[in-house]
Amino acid sequence: MALRFEILGRFNRARAARLTLPHFVCQTPLFMPVGTQGTIKGLTTNQLEEIGCQIILGNTYHLALRPTSELIDELGGLHKFMNWPRALLTDSGGFQMVSLLHLADITEKGVTFQSPVDGKPMLLTPEESIQIQNRIGADIIMALDDVVKTTITGPRIEEAMYRTLRWIDRCIAAHKRPNEQNLFGIVQGGLDPVLRDVCVRHLVERNLPGYAIGGLAGGEDKDSFWRVVALCTALLPEDKPRYVMGVGYPLDIVVCSALGADMYDCVYPTRTARFGTALVPEGVLKLKHKAMAEDTRPIDPTCACMVCKNYTRAYIHCLVTKDAMGSQLLSYHNLYYMMQFPKGDVPEWVCNAMEVAGIKISSCCASFSSSPDLELEKDAPTKKFDDDEVAFDSN
Amino acid sequence: MERAGVFQLGNCPSIETPALLLSTRKGLPHFISPDLLPSLPLPDSSLLQVSPLHFLEGISSKTISSIGGLHKMLGLNDYGLVAVARDSIQCLPESSATNKLGASFETPCGRALIKPTEYMGMISSLRPNLWATLADEVPAWVSKKRNKISVDRTVKWLDECIALSPADGVAFGAIVGGSDVEERRRCAREIAKRNVSGQKTMLCIEWGSANSLKFEGVEVPLRCVFAGYWIGGFGFGESMDERPALLSVVTDSLPKEGPRLISGLGLPEEVLQGVAAGIDLFDSSYIYHLTIGGFALTFPLDTKTNTSDFKLTGMGTDHTKINLKATVYRHNTHHYLGFFQSIREAIKEGRFNQFQQMFVEKRRNHLAEVAVCA
Ligand SMILES: [Zn+2]
Ligand SMILES: [Zn+2]
Repeated sequence: MALRFEILGRFNRARAARLTLPHFVCQTPLFMPVGTQGTIKGLTTNQLEEIGCQIILGNTYHLALRPTSELIDELGGLHKFMNWPRALLTDSGGFQMVSLLHLADITEKGVTFQSPVDGKPMLLTPEESIQIQNRIGADIIMALDDVVKTTITGPRIEEAMYRTLRWIDRCIAAHKRPNEQNLFGIVQGGLDPVLRDVCVRHLVERNLPGYAIGGLAGGEDKDSFWRVVALCTALLPEDKPRYVMGVGYPLDIVVCSALGADMYDCVYPTRTARFGTALVPEGVLKLKHKAMAEDTRPIDPTCACMVCKNYTRAYIHCLVTKDAMGSQLLSYHNLYYMMQFPKGDVPEWVCNAMEVAGIKISSCCASFSSSPDLELEKDAPTKKFDDDEVAFDSN
Repeated sequence: MERAGVFQLGNCPSIETPALLLSTRKGLPHFISPDLLPSLPLPDSSLLQVSPLHFLEGISSKTISSIGGLHKMLGLNDYGLVAVARDSIQCLPESSATNKLGASFETPCGRALIKPTEYMGMISSLRPNLWATLADEVPAWVSKKRNKISVDRTVKWLDECIALSPADGVAFGAIVGGSDVEERRRCAREIAKRNVSGQKTMLCIEWGSANSLKFEGVEVPLRCVFAGYWIGGFGFGESMDERPALLSVVTDSLPKEGPRLISGLGLPEEVLQGVAAGIDLFDSSYIYHLTIGGFALTFPLDTKTNTSDFKLTGMGTDHTKINLKATVYRHNTHHYLGFFQSIREAIKEGRFNQFQQMFVEKRRNHLAEVAVCA
């Protein structure tokens, strides 16, 4: 185990903690931006530090393709490679394959997929995933799990959960750097509370440094979503970090944190920036909207970020239509926003979850802002994004 | 004749010339996020060239005015902002569509005919530190008649622009004349006669303010205040060989005191031709084009110069492709600013001619080697 997790404060099930990783002492709850090949498009590592980013998530699948884990290893690991002094987390690569390469096939041996380089069939085993992640050298590495769509029902869910448990042992056995890197196990089991329960109990027996709740943010309804999170966080040990994968929207993060989760990742803030959308306390702001052309206010008057301190909505509007700098500045603001803890209006389903968490916030559920330039994402689907950040700048 | 000087503009720190203006898109330098601009060498990188045509759509002049002009809109209060219609990247003059009413440009928003009144409307809302008057730029191959018309229009538009000029900001008179030496001289003399700045004297150029600066034996007042000149119509098909004569006929016709800004000379060899003719300020569209093409500048800087101010360590840290352009652009900008520093050193030490000769020769040999390898 190469981490320390100390709870500093609690409110019912919610907790604030200090997570000490080999490269950084983090404060949780925390949000991890996704940097496909180490970097986050348009932002430098200096900017990410300034924004307050503590952990960056690197996609093993993309890193293994280019520059390759061997090269990263040769150059002294991903921290050196991308010049990032703080903490890093790599995923197993499995989810990327299943979601990006729709031809992926999962067997007991591992995930079989067609190489995007030469089209030949390739196999990612739990052993290989860990070996690659050992070479990349992130502070936290993820076990290879058998990923199924949340919306699938029936025996496949059960099969995937048990396979995930069999694979965790292969991952643990393959892990060569347990004193420098923390292997997190992933709870699977779909929306079935019994399967989730079984999975958590078996994982906890392995005494891993941390646990992730997987298989969510895949299009399930919000009520199922929070119930699974609530169940898992109740069963997971108090003294280990809990990471909800692929989450998400600011509101989802508030809910999961109230339920006792600590870590989150999502491509949403940077991806939505590329479409000209800014995250603001009231919801989202579409900078492409023509009403923005004459709006001389900052994106979010309450935000202290470099973009909000210097630029008007009108100027960002002028940039977002055609220029890369527009999405660069919006990404900066959106990540800054995610690093601050989101506040804002709370919809009904959140209140339900909060009641369970023992937090009475029904009084906050006042009417939503009716400002025409704001579009609230109260009914946003819990959909995990197909991560297409691999696409390079074309200009 | 080559010259070294000190250029001071508004609240921007004074910088030594010959100097490079960074090209921008909608006012912000390419690729580099504005909070990272100070990572470029200062004060050398504090002059930015802005094209008013970038704001033809997306934001109105009225909104720009209510934001408080370019400096406020860009959050770049300490930078010198220089407005020139043509950006040599995306906004280029289209002389065939230019008429007596205004100058035509190809822009990302399509072809646009800009009349002097519209242009001055944009200048008044943008409020740059310095702006060039509207010009009718023509390519090298137009007829003598068309070239003559371009000079007449440019002089007429200068009068119209000056009449409409805002209270703050400094005007640079546009000089054209294509590749005709006589027309170049006529235009330069006409513009020089007009004392472009009038009484508006925000800008001062201090020639020879440092004791070490030699200034070609010309008696220059220690501190004289004057506006300057923008030289257009270059980089439009004139040959490398005819350019020195065209450049010197212009600079010979201008008073020594005014700073001279040129658009369209990009290659190091071209910059050296400009410097040799007494040009002070250059645009940097060349760096942009290099970067887009995926090239990094690697030519050796003058060996005599200590370029430690332009150390590139820590610059090449984003190794992944996604941020590559920003990294290469930063590198190239560093390198080119270093090139200008070498030029200044050579001028101050009275060895600019050798520097130019050696540089051109070395690079020719280097390019020949590369060609053989390819
Ligand atoms: Zn902001
Ligand atoms: Zn470099």
